[in-house]
Amino acid sequence: MTNEAVRSVRALPAKARVRPAQAGPIGVIVLGLVAAWYLAAMVMNAAGVRDQFERDESAYTTAELIAGTLSAERPVLPAPHQIVAELANSVLSYPPNSNRSLIYHGWVTLSATLAGFVMGGLLGIALAVLIIYVRTLEKSLLPWIISSQTIPILAIAPIVIVVLGSIGIRGLLPKSIISAYLCFFPITIGMVKGLNSPDPLQRDLMRTYSASAPQTFFKLRWPSSMPFLFTSLKVAIAASLVGAIVGELPTGAQAGLGARLLAGSYYGQTVQIWAALLAAAILAAALVAAIGAAERLVLRRMGGAP
Amino acid sequence: MRIDPSAGADGPASAGRRPVIDVRGLSLTFETADGPVEALSNVDLRIEEGDFVSLIGPSGCGKTTLLRLIADLEQPTAGGLMVNGVSPERARLDRQYGYVFQAPALLPWRTVEKNLMLPLEIMGLPAAEQRERARRHLALVNLAGFERKFPWQLSGGMQQRASIARALSFEPKLLLMDEPFGALDEIVRDHLNEQLLELWNKTAKTVVFVTHSIPEAVFLSNRIVVMSPRPGRIIDLITCDFPRDRTLEFRDTPEFVEVAHRVRQGLRAGHSYDE
Repeated sequence: MTNEAVRSVRALPAKARVRPAQAGPIGVIVLGLVAAWYLAAMVMNAAGVRDQFERDESAYTTAELIAGTLSAERPVLPAPHQIVAELANSVLSYPPNSNRSLIYHGWVTLSATLAGFVMGGLLGIALAVLIIYVRTLEKSLLPWIISSQTIPILAIAPIVIVVLGSIGIRGLLPKSIISAYLCFFPITIGMVKGLNSPDPLQRDLMRTYSASAPQTFFKLRWPSSMPFLFTSLKVAIAASLVGAIVGELPTGAQAGLGARLLAGSYYGQTVQIWAALLAAAILAAALVAAIGAAERLVLRRMGGAP
Repeated sequence: MRIDPSAGADGPASAGRRPVIDVRGLSLTFETADGPVEALSNVDLRIEEGDFVSLIGPSGCGKTTLLRLIADLEQPTAGGLMVNGVSPERARLDRQYGYVFQAPALLPWRTVEKNLMLPLEIMGLPAAEQRERARRHLALVNLAGFERKFPWQLSGGMQQRASIARALSFEPKLLLMDEPFGALDEIVRDHLNEQLLELWNKTAKTVVFVTHSIPEAVFLSNRIVVMSPRPGRIIDLITCDFPRDRTLEFRDTPEFVEVAHRVRQGLRAGHSYDE
């Protein structure tokens, strides 16, 4: 029965891939969302565009009004094609090391995300191992871990930046610490469950072999936890990205997607904000997909049912 | 060798053989939410080298508990037991027994061969010897050629055979089997019973076998321990010394029926005051 459960967990990633038959319905939903977005852009930007025409004291037709709502320089809600154009422009028109390039800012955020993810991942796994082996820690440590996640990250981030800045640590590290702070939690929770997932029978088996604690860990608990690890890593990498972006806000908008968001809101550059948001979304999707690919690779090597 | 003046029920005939398992006044009481449950009460049992002993009884009679006590997977609340002259813990640490569970308990991420190599890896044998032993024992249970398969690619009977091969792979003298064929259908079970008997003849191991099937117990064993629940205790010891090269036809002989009848009587007697 346990094998059955593990097998169905493993079968999930394969099922999650888009089959040709599903492409139609997915396309319809995407088209519907884009259409709704355009409609919302027209409605929300209409007042501003109308004001502009009236300030210029020029007559305008409905068609001109609609065209205006979709091409305003500082719209309330930019139209999708404006965002895509801004994204393409800021990716393609500048060299990747220019601070006007989204590649540059994306890389700054990505490096903080990955550094934070590695730190948070190791911390999360280490805490889970401590919790499963030291009974008292489950009671004493877990409440603190949970309460740590109830504090708004926006409140913690400036404190971390200021404290670390005062002892001379600036740049990547403070941001990745904030990122790690957000991402260790799902990994700890997932791994406590995963490392405890071997059933009593399997534990008795290791006992009859008089296996040492490290042997039981590496030959039974660790492999058993793999499906749980990858599920929590997917949640954690998205949280890492959010942490890195939030960590960029209090630094005075020097570099990174967070800085682009902040600069965009200072200057009312809504298109720039949305382009940075879209870049962050693409980055998050790519990161989650990368974890998914690693998951398929590992679970296939572990003999997962096809 | 252990000299024991109180040589047990079988008397002088067996006094020369070494006791592999020596249980004296063994009791185990589980503390549960509904109060204490006496799983075993004052059990005495001697199992000698080369014996095939079946523990039979209804559920709750403590037969699995007794096996787990021998394997040091439970601790007694009173009395004691020795395995090969040492404590069960020492015997477990020295890997003196192989344990076959009710379910195959194969690790799903390991191939059949790697599953057999698991105890050998833990013992730290050289890789070449691990592989050689895995192959040899897979052949012993007629699973040659399935080395690279994963457990889910095997039928239930094949999985249980692999788990028996795994218990044999580190070559313990003592094999503890807890209803290994309980979850299998009767046809597969008959087949595996024959294979197990053949294996016992070939390897001369001491086997302690928990079952709730009377034909299985009579067919396989040379001694049958009939147990009764509430509290778990031994109510009959039956010797079943027929030649070891038994075939399934043996089950249709009058001798077989007679022993099976006595086992059934014992089980019924143990139950009568209860229902």
